[in-house]
Amino acid sequence: MSTLLEMSGVSVSFDGFKAINNLSFRIGEPELRAIIGPNGAGKTTFMDIITGKTKPDEGRVLYGEKSLSLLKMSESQIARVGVGRKFQKPTVFEAQTVRENLAMALKNPRGPFDVLLYKKTAEGAARIEALAEEIGLTAELTRPAGELSHGQKQWLEIGMLLAQEPRLLLVDEPAAGMTPTEREHTTDLLRRAAEKHAVVVVEHDMEFVRRLDCKVTVLHEGSVLAEGSLDHVTQNQQVIDVYLGR
Amino acid sequence: MKQGLLSRNPSILWFLAALGLFTLGITVLSEATGTGLISTSFVKTLGKTLCLCLIAIAMDVVWGYCGILSLGHFAFFGIGGYAIGMWLMYARTEAIVAESLAASPIPPTAQEIIDATGTQIFGVVGSSDFPLIWAFSHSLTLQLLMVLLFPGLLALVFGWLAFRSRVTGVYLSILTQAMTLALSLYLFQNDSGLRGNNGLSGLQNIPGFEAVPQSQISIAFFWASALALGLGYVLFAYVTSGKMGSVVRGIRDNEGRVRFLGYHVESYKLFVFTITAIVSGIAGALYYPQAGIINPAEIAPIASIYLAVWVAIGGRGRLYGAVIGAAFVSLLSSWFTGGGAPDIPLGFYTIQWVDWWLILLGLSFVAVTLFFPKGIGGLFDYLTHVKTPFRVGDYGPDKGALRQEEGHEQ
Repeated sequence: MSTLLEMSGVSVSFDGFKAINNLSFRIGEPELRAIIGPNGAGKTTFMDIITGKTKPDEGRVLYGEKSLSLLKMSESQIARVGVGRKFQKPTVFEAQTVRENLAMALKNPRGPFDVLLYKKTAEGAARIEALAEEIGLTAELTRPAGELSHGQKQWLEIGMLLAQEPRLLLVDEPAAGMTPTEREHTTDLLRRAAEKHAVVVVEHDMEFVRRLDCKVTVLHEGSVLAEGSLDHVTQNQQVIDVYLGR
Repeated sequence: MKQGLLSRNPSILWFLAALGLFTLGITVLSEATGTGLISTSFVKTLGKTLCLCLIAIAMDVVWGYCGILSLGHFAFFGIGGYAIGMWLMYARTEAIVAESLAASPIPPTAQEIIDATGTQIFGVVGSSDFPLIWAFSHSLTLQLLMVLLFPGLLALVFGWLAFRSRVTGVYLSILTQAMTLALSLYLFQNDSGLRGNNGLSGLQNIPGFEAVPQSQISIAFFWASALALGLGYVLFAYVTSGKMGSVVRGIRDNEGRVRFLGYHVESYKLFVFTITAIVSGIAGALYYPQAGIINPAEIAPIASIYLAVWVAIGGRGRLYGAVIGAAFVSLLSSWFTGGGAPDIPLGFYTIQWVDWWLILLGLSFVAVTLFFPKGIGGLFDYLTHVKTPFRVGDYGPDKGALRQEEGHEQ
């Protein structure tokens, strides 16, 4: 397992409030990792830093074999080198069909002229079909995404993440608004993705994290409080205090 | 590809058919080629309207599809007009000067003709030398190239600076408006090299075609405008369909999300901004020879605001909507302001439409924005029964689903 992403000594503050405080974190490929932590622990900011949405005040974020510094790259560049993100609130393009949403996410050259001259291929269509099958939206391909239920939008967003074929998948609360069967399916999907790639899952739901059966990182006040198996971290006195004390 | 484009955009065929039929009808009724039921000046009005429709679809692409409310696209229209106007004015003045000098006892040298042409053109602003920007005005080919290059380059540089700094929304609109205002104020100066507030005139006289009556010239420009509109429609239908259209509409709805999918949003905006600017320039180059005169007032901010009004009334986000809006509002405007609409005497006050038309237009703009956000083009949805997603209420049927209030967080 080689290291895919390494963050070290990263800090960021908003108006004096330290959202991330000297955070160090690394994940290999392939690896599945769950991140838990109370509200305001800095989980979303953590993802914002990796995807380039927020620039940290200090620290390093290195990615891949060539140790690219993600801090010098724009959001779209970071996405193109293989970092995909699923947002907490599903943000799909509601005015466009499910198929268009997936086609946009499909891994292909991203330049304006590539896209302008893009021709649909049988390969791409097959990939979309396969993804739709996977996320259970085959019957909805021609429907506008805005008509989908909340759970279906979650699935579509997961499908769009997979379509990008990222090496590092950042998944923010994938199970919110899903039925128990769907949760099980999500866990399957994530675990399968983690056989080849690095997957970081932020989740509140302990039951869900337990089912993922992976290494867990506990964030608190912008830094790592504990790391290890779920059983290990839940027995940690500090973790118990933080969770019970809030 | 063609097959795919047409099947994705059934409106192309309908539009081209309607445009063809309209062109044919006007041709048959015009003075030069038909029965003469329509006057030459009305043919010109219709030709100009087609050019306005062309810039309106450009505006629709940049605003309705890409979400950039540009209030400066008439600057590009004006630049296109100036570019072609420089050649028209130079070539015609030169011909007249050469003719009058030929009568003198000593035949004039080439330099004398150029100097006399300069005096003729710039005498009105107290100058006689050709400024640098007229360097290519002797050549039609080069000036036609300028019709494409000047608007394209200005849009490229302006857009690059604006989009790169991630200026969006109303701030970007203000910036584009500042651009067109600055350009128009600059051109108003006598030493700008483009004859200050006099502008360029006599553009309806086409050099080399002095013997051809205006009735024929007007119908030729009408055809050219119709052709340009048809081609522009197909071009923009191509750009806004398929994957490009998908990404562009994605940028309008949520540009941050498009960025996280790996698309460099700024490049896409720049592409759309520049290509629409070039088409606007072409529209201007066809418009002003029909109008006969161009001056800096044409690119005042108000012109670009009208453009936004046309597109809003016609219906944003559909190309034929922009065409309908531009044609409908601008023709109605000429009818009202041209004295076509009868005054309404109220006893104590007489409503004269020349004064009241703008108020009527303003009210209808507000009404459309508030009550019919899809504009006139939205009426076609009733015909084709298109259902658009509009989600109100909770996000799912079961109790675990997010409630409506939660959806507005973040």
